[in-house]
Amino acid sequence: MNINPIKNGIVIDHITAGKAMQIYTLLGLDKLDCSVAIIKNVESGRMGKKDIVKIDFDYEIDIDVLGYIDSGVTVNVIKNGEIIEKKAVELPEKLTNVIFCKNPRCISSCEQELPHIFKLTDKNQKIYRCLYCETKAKNL
Amino acid sequence: MRSLISILDLSVAEIDELVATANDIIENPKKYSEVCHGKKLATLFFEPSTRTRLSFEAAMYELGGCVLGFSEAQSSSAAKGESVADTAKTISCYADIIAMRHPKEGAPLVAAMNASIPVINAGDGGHNHPTQTLADLLTIQREKGGFKGLTVGLCGDLKFGRTVHSLIEAMSRYEDVKFVLISPEELKLPSYVKNDVLKKHGIKYKQTTDLEAVMPELDILYMTRVQRERFFNEEDYLRLKDSYILTPQKLKNAKADLSIMHPLPRVNEISVAIDNDPRAAYFKQVLNGKYMRMALIMKLLEVTV
Repeated sequence: MNINPIKNGIVIDHITAGKAMQIYTLLGLDKLDCSVAIIKNVESGRMGKKDIVKIDFDYEIDIDVLGYIDSGVTVNVIKNGEIIEKKAVELPEKLTNVIFCKNPRCISSCEQELPHIFKLTDKNQKIYRCLYCETKAKNL
Repeated sequence: MRSLISILDLSVAEIDELVATANDIIENPKKYSEVCHGKKLATLFFEPSTRTRLSFEAAMYELGGCVLGFSEAQSSSAAKGESVADTAKTISCYADIIAMRHPKEGAPLVAAMNASIPVINAGDGGHNHPTQTLADLLTIQREKGGFKGLTVGLCGDLKFGRTVHSLIEAMSRYEDVKFVLISPEELKLPSYVKNDVLKKHGIKYKQTTDLEAVMPELDILYMTRVQRERFFNEEDYLRLKDSYILTPQKLKNAKADLSIMHPLPRVNEISVAIDNDPRAAYFKQVLNGKYMRMALIMKLLEVTV
């Protein structure tokens, strides 16, 4: 299968196989007018199988969202057909308005202006808790 | 400028310092009677809690300060739809420190993030109630002389009982403390408290449904009320509310120097026949709560004798 190389844009590589659609949705890539390629189940020496997302546009990606969905990915920034930057993505310490607290007793459930903030409380187990009520977020 | 939202906002050294100040207030009340002269405490109680509100107000008056505030949401601007953030910013213009009770979890944190004065969490739903824990710690220290080596029995609603969770968090930081968790199956201590606090700190604990069987081991027996307001289902509340009722008969095998504690108010979980037992410490706990709130207000306002 051939997909043309992009000239200026972003390649999200080393996505855990099966997570590309989640990334596509949560990063809001469905709202872009440019070409976006989702390549699933690509053979990978390191990962066995992986997904790749290519965005044909110099788009500022929300690294925190990406890190939360799949912390092992690599973001390649392409300029004039060359990789000018490689970013390894890690679990973000804080997420704002990415996931939402479902606890009906939480203050964020009744004050609409309040941002939904989650803090990373256990890096090994990837546990995020609501800043206000400390309810654990469900894993993606 | 500091606030107190969770008991873990205070280090062990700071808790020890508050306990020492509270003990000094008890010994020398006159020394402290004017330390907050000219300062105002705003008690923002979005749900009624006469006991906690009056404790804060008495604490501030005994420090020579003044109090303003409201005791239910209907008499506040929240009834008009004002946000907690805006209320906190507004009250910061009138008072020097806020004590806030709110039915929604995290509301005092939102207030602290927006206020320009210290905020004390006076209870946020089933979440945190750090000044109750401070009252508990002072009571244990005064009754037992310290925390090391104590076996603490926690009895009743260990699932929704926020005072229990906070006390476990606070006491787990002291050496050689052991917990005995006594509850019906449905109201057992949540696994996240067991995993994140007890197991993480290597604290010894055991779980049981039989209060009388473990009674001889206990240095402290902390009773709790099964709270109607924490249940979505009235049937479950009615089924579980009378699970444990402490009577003189059940104390037959207890240690002579056991301390019986309860965050109050009680309904029927401690028989009134126990009130005159020298081991009953729950009304002392109420008084100790006022002294710890005095020590805390002084610390957060950075006033000294």
